[in-house]
Amino acid sequence: MAYRYSVGSQTYQFADLKTVLAKATPARSGDYLAGVAAETYAERMAARMCLAAIPLKTFLEDLIIPYETDEVTRLIIDTHDQQAFAEISHLTVADFRDWLLSDAADSATLKRVAPGITPEMAAAVSKLMRNQDLILVAKKCHVSTSFRNTIGLPGHISVRLQPNHPTDDARGIAASMLDGLLYGAGDAVIGINPATDSLPALMDLYYLVDDVISQYNIPTQSCILTHVTNQIQLIERGAPVDLVFQSIAGTEKANKSFGIDIALLKEAQSAALSLNRGTVKNAAGSHNVMYFETGQGSALSANANFGVDQQTCEVRAYAVARHLSPLLINTVVGFIGPEYLYDGKQIIRAGLEDHFCGKLLGLPIGCDVCYTNHAEADQDDMDTLMTLLATAGLTFIMGIPGADDIMLNYQTTSFHDALYLRKVLGLKAAPEFELWLKAMNIMDAAGRIQPVTKTHNMLQNMPKNLLNAA
Amino acid sequence: MTNNINDNLSLTASTAEAGITQDPWAQLKKFTRARIALGRVGSSLPTREVLDFGLAHAMARDAVHLALDVAALAADIQAQGFSTIQVHSLAPDRANYLLRPDWGRRLNDHSQQDLANLCNLKKQNTAPIDFLIVVGDGLSSLAVSRHVPPLLAEIRQHLPADWQIGPVVIASQARVAIADEIGQALNARMVAMLIGERPGLSSPDSLGIYLTYAPKLGLSDADRNCISNVRPEGLQYAAAAKKLLWLAKESMRLSVSGVALKDESDVQEITQQP
Repeated sequence: MAYRYSVGSQTYQFADLKTVLAKATPARSGDYLAGVAAETYAERMAARMCLAAIPLKTFLEDLIIPYETDEVTRLIIDTHDQQAFAEISHLTVADFRDWLLSDAADSATLKRVAPGITPEMAAAVSKLMRNQDLILVAKKCHVSTSFRNTIGLPGHISVRLQPNHPTDDARGIAASMLDGLLYGAGDAVIGINPATDSLPALMDLYYLVDDVISQYNIPTQSCILTHVTNQIQLIERGAPVDLVFQSIAGTEKANKSFGIDIALLKEAQSAALSLNRGTVKNAAGSHNVMYFETGQGSALSANANFGVDQQTCEVRAYAVARHLSPLLINTVVGFIGPEYLYDGKQIIRAGLEDHFCGKLLGLPIGCDVCYTNHAEADQDDMDTLMTLLATAGLTFIMGIPGADDIMLNYQTTSFHDALYLRKVLGLKAAPEFELWLKAMNIMDAAGRIQPVTKTHNMLQNMPKNLLNAA
Repeated sequence: MTNNINDNLSLTASTAEAGITQDPWAQLKKFTRARIALGRVGSSLPTREVLDFGLAHAMARDAVHLALDVAALAADIQAQGFSTIQVHSLAPDRANYLLRPDWGRRLNDHSQQDLANLCNLKKQNTAPIDFLIVVGDGLSSLAVSRHVPPLLAEIRQHLPADWQIGPVVIASQARVAIADEIGQALNARMVAMLIGERPGLSSPDSLGIYLTYAPKLGLSDADRNCISNVRPEGLQYAAAAKKLLWLAKESMRLSVSGVALKDESDVQEITQQP
């Protein structure tokens, strides 16, 4: 179906719904790369005005990627909650923005309506929203999940401790882990990106993190970010797996390029649940055992975007995530490079969009606030984005020693950054983890990080990999 | 006043140390180049760390834009006993390369023609190529010029004698997937791409290796096996070469690469021990 919008004497024609969405998107290099971006500023505004008048119901009928050929589309349509949708089914995209910003859309209402919102509806409305709108509405969306602690309570921000080492050296990883824990980080997950694909080496990494968590009795969870098929095999071989990780994208073909489909993710979820390693139950009486990573541009980089703009593709990945009730989902916003998000301005906008859309769909979304050395960005841009996101109620950020990941070769956020956010915005760590920090004399009663002396328990009784070596 | 960066940094360090809360686990720095035990002022980074980070970022930014000296690299590779040929991607320069990864994945017309000619010539004279090595500048030419020659020396030692090895193809303004087109053009059974990874703050010169069985246009990352961080401070040349050849032999045996081929080279090693 064709769409059009007239500005004065000029009429803008859009071939189909995905073209309206793409041309309405704030400018970014990835959409130019895909050849789907608006060609003029005026065309972009015409597309937004056209989009504003489209009823939300249209997104259930005019499918941007065919139902027959894409399992993500089938998932979105087949799991759509008509009852939850009833409250907003009469709205256009413009009305939807107005309603989201109104006081009528309070936290309870947004939670109730979330299963009725499809990725395309969320993406569409985000394109009409300014940065402050994305912040305000996201802040009203409360999403809480549990494994060994409680993630996502209002007024809290968690940290994924990412103790990567370029050769997976056990002592190097343990040293970064200790550094992070002594800076109060690690409540979201202690998650390693391994350099290796080797199953025996991965098994060692699982035991390395699990031993540290057990030794200090830390209320947190571990994850090794290798391919999901490796994790399933390692579960079968008896590895102590807390969370199962996978990178996911918003089309069946893009997921296929990652070597996955929805059935495989379901299999992994069942395998992780069968280990029953969680200790804190969520509102549904179960544990959240999945950890997903996403990022705008992944579908296009797999040549699997089908003319859909990168932000809409990204939100479709959240439908896959939502189906698997993750403990955490992480948009790795600036990792992919300048061909998708060129500079600080584009990275900041994308980070706010991803967080808003994720929260609107009911996901515990955090953000790897990051950039690579071939992007036009620096730490000042990261400061801006992390401050905006934390203001918006971000679920978690990354914690890497000095913000410099020596294995993945990019810059993200540091343990110091997390302390900055907690200090400036009055945010707390997950409650179970905060109790542990206080019991370990890492945090004082007022929530400030404590000076650590040489006689501190964790330095006197180091992880066994470090004990002999240090 | 001197403009020496190190002098300035140490001056900053000595004048700013006073208010810093030190971390009493600095001895752990010997196990990792990660920025641990940085200390803090309040809960923020000390000035010396902010400046040190800024300098590292500046150096990595510069590394992205340094052009590969193809002639010098070709000479170094030939010194290892390989022949070389040179190709260029569709990306005419660095600026386009950064914004158009699709151009970096495809050969330009001239290079396509060169490879087609070479392939025709080869068909008449020699057996098909089993194991083709492609070298691409990627995002760090520094990684390629420093590490490819010594890595090739190690690879040469482990190559099975009965494998046909083609010329080493040096590709400029290249992305990983350009090796698929090159491998297909030369009708190679398998291709190993050695390419400069995106520079990190502590590693402006990290090399990656991507192995693909039956290379052809249109393959995805799931069809490749990756070995990353090859450099003296990361994965050593000898270990990287061993891993690559283990994967290559398994790939040849099973006729697959990518997620269907699991790296169990470590297990293999253990079981082979007496």
